[in-house]
Amino acid sequence: MSAIVADREQTTDRKPARDRKLTRAAASSDRRFAVISHTLLILWSVIVIVPMLWVLVSSFKSTSEILSSPFKLPKRWRFENYAHAWTDANIGKYFLNSVIIVVSALVLVMLLGAMCAYVLARFEFPGRRLIYYVMLAGLTFPVFLAIVPLFFQLQNFGLLNTRPGLVLTYVAFALPFTMFFLYSFFRSLPHDVYEAALIDGAGDWRAFFQVMLPMAKPGMAAVAIFNFLGLWNQFLLPVALNTDQDKWVLTQGMSAYASSQVYDIDYGGLFAAIVVTVVPVLIVYIIFQRRIAGSVSQGTFR
Amino acid sequence: MKETTISDTASRRPAPAARGGRPRRRKLTFDRVTFFLAFLGVPLAIFVLFVLYPFVQAIFWAMTDWRGFSPDYEFVGLDNFTKMFQDDVFMKALRNIAILAVCVPLVTLTLALGVAVAVTLGGPSRGPVRGIKGASFYRIVSFFPYVVPAIIVGLVWAQMYDPNAGLVNGILTGLGLDGFDKFAWLGETASAMPSLMFVIVWGLVGFYAVLFIAAIKGVPAELYEAARIDGAGRLRMTLSVTLPSIRDTVQTGYIYLGIAALDSFVYVQAMLPGGGPNNSTLTISQRLFNVAFAKQQFGLATAMGVVLAVVTLVFAALVFLVNRLTGGGEGEGRKKAPGAKARRGAVKGGAR
Repeated sequence: MSAIVADREQTTDRKPARDRKLTRAAASSDRRFAVISHTLLILWSVIVIVPMLWVLVSSFKSTSEILSSPFKLPKRWRFENYAHAWTDANIGKYFLNSVIIVVSALVLVMLLGAMCAYVLARFEFPGRRLIYYVMLAGLTFPVFLAIVPLFFQLQNFGLLNTRPGLVLTYVAFALPFTMFFLYSFFRSLPHDVYEAALIDGAGDWRAFFQVMLPMAKPGMAAVAIFNFLGLWNQFLLPVALNTDQDKWVLTQGMSAYASSQVYDIDYGGLFAAIVVTVVPVLIVYIIFQRRIAGSVSQGTFR
Repeated sequence: MKETTISDTASRRPAPAARGGRPRRRKLTFDRVTFFLAFLGVPLAIFVLFVLYPFVQAIFWAMTDWRGFSPDYEFVGLDNFTKMFQDDVFMKALRNIAILAVCVPLVTLTLALGVAVAVTLGGPSRGPVRGIKGASFYRIVSFFPYVVPAIIVGLVWAQMYDPNAGLVNGILTGLGLDGFDKFAWLGETASAMPSLMFVIVWGLVGFYAVLFIAAIKGVPAELYEAARIDGAGRLRMTLSVTLPSIRDTVQTGYIYLGIAALDSFVYVQAMLPGGGPNNSTLTISQRLFNVAFAKQQFGLATAMGVVLAVVTLVFAALVFLVNRLTGGGEGEGRKKAPGAKARRGAVKGGAR
């Protein structure tokens, strides 16, 4: 709840008389509105939270408990489910793969996206608008159109089923979003600082890395969060382009684990694996949630 | 394109520092050449190789009968497309994604707007216009599902819907609705699609609620104060002030959501990998994936990709058209590009 709300409070504090103008009818409809709002929000919160709690509780149960009494607390809290999921189901390995691939792609796409956005936003050269619009088109086309040619493209480069191949693909598809978000950011940075840097003898490289990039930090942080969520959740690209089981990422591993459940039932382990996958991201979200809420408004969305 | 800039700047002396104007052109140096190569060349190369080129290739492969692992293929023109449109299963998939693209955004955006309005304007009617009690809690909670990977959302709800051990039937029978004992939500033709839609909505509402909250906070407070003086209640304010003010955000949301719903690959793959009972939830993306990577009919699969892209574009155009016809957009080329507004803002900021 940011500055705007504070502003509103200030303006009305100065003129409390306004409240008295509120008609009786409006006041009663406001009350109804508030009741409906509360009901809606509570209901929605329950629908959001209950499945998550159910997963959490189930992750400590045995398979037979889950099947026979799915709605009771476990008789004994089985922490070993987590150990099984982590090692037997390879969730640990997939987790590590995900971290390596997502972090490399994230660092790379932030760097390249910022560089590209910076050049497009602050330099005049022929073809600038063309590049901008071609990337815009790349953002709106469905990945599915490209998936088959992409498969063979990676095969030709010898990058199919390799980590660098997946990282490059992630980077390529996250690049337009990153570029557009940062484009407006670099556009809005004051020109004087850049001038000052040039007068002080900085070249283009130094002006970017030592002056402009640090100034774009708030924008960078917001994009990084969205890219992280997007890349961590990526499913189609790894499933199509990364079929070597040793290099699977978490989403792939989870999908395979769930479908293997049909034959070899260990529901407790499945739920534990789900918890392991969700909790780290949830923690990251809770830490950064204010920044997310604040940043959405400055992005490409509006 | 770079070369032309370079050639006409090369002969000039460094220009005197322009006063607050646009970036000046400077002398071509080693520094500048490597700068452009690295800053524009590298990202563009990656984008062209892994995004643009595959898209362009797809349009060509869509007109061949290529099966992938042999280099031979025949150019078959539009055969793939006629084959698709005579295929009942494909047509069913097309119909399914049309339903998804209409219903999912409608329900998601309505819910998200409800959450956003309650969180920002639902507070007590005395005093300033403000959010409901516990607003930040609701905001955080409603965003939760968006943080969960979509594949996990699908897996969790597949378990929730389980006829025997699922929580949904457990709660319903617990409430005394015995008809739902052992009811297979994802196994019945009538309920599979609505169940799937519910899950997609569940996963996406939070993001759009946050988006709308940001948009509503951007509405000038004076508008609300003026409405208040005119005696408007919360409901009236929502309909007459909030909705018209954030119209463009709603439109953008509708397009983003529609595109997501047209694809919905992750959700169907997690919950209904077989296409659902009677193919009632089969999507083009799912069909495409099987035709490509299980049946190795790559030509046909890319043709499906082309259809999906066309449907997406038509959908986006329709949303724009409807918004324009119902009085949104305000002419003057306001929404030419998503960056347009930000750019105007930047211009304004620079003028100060």
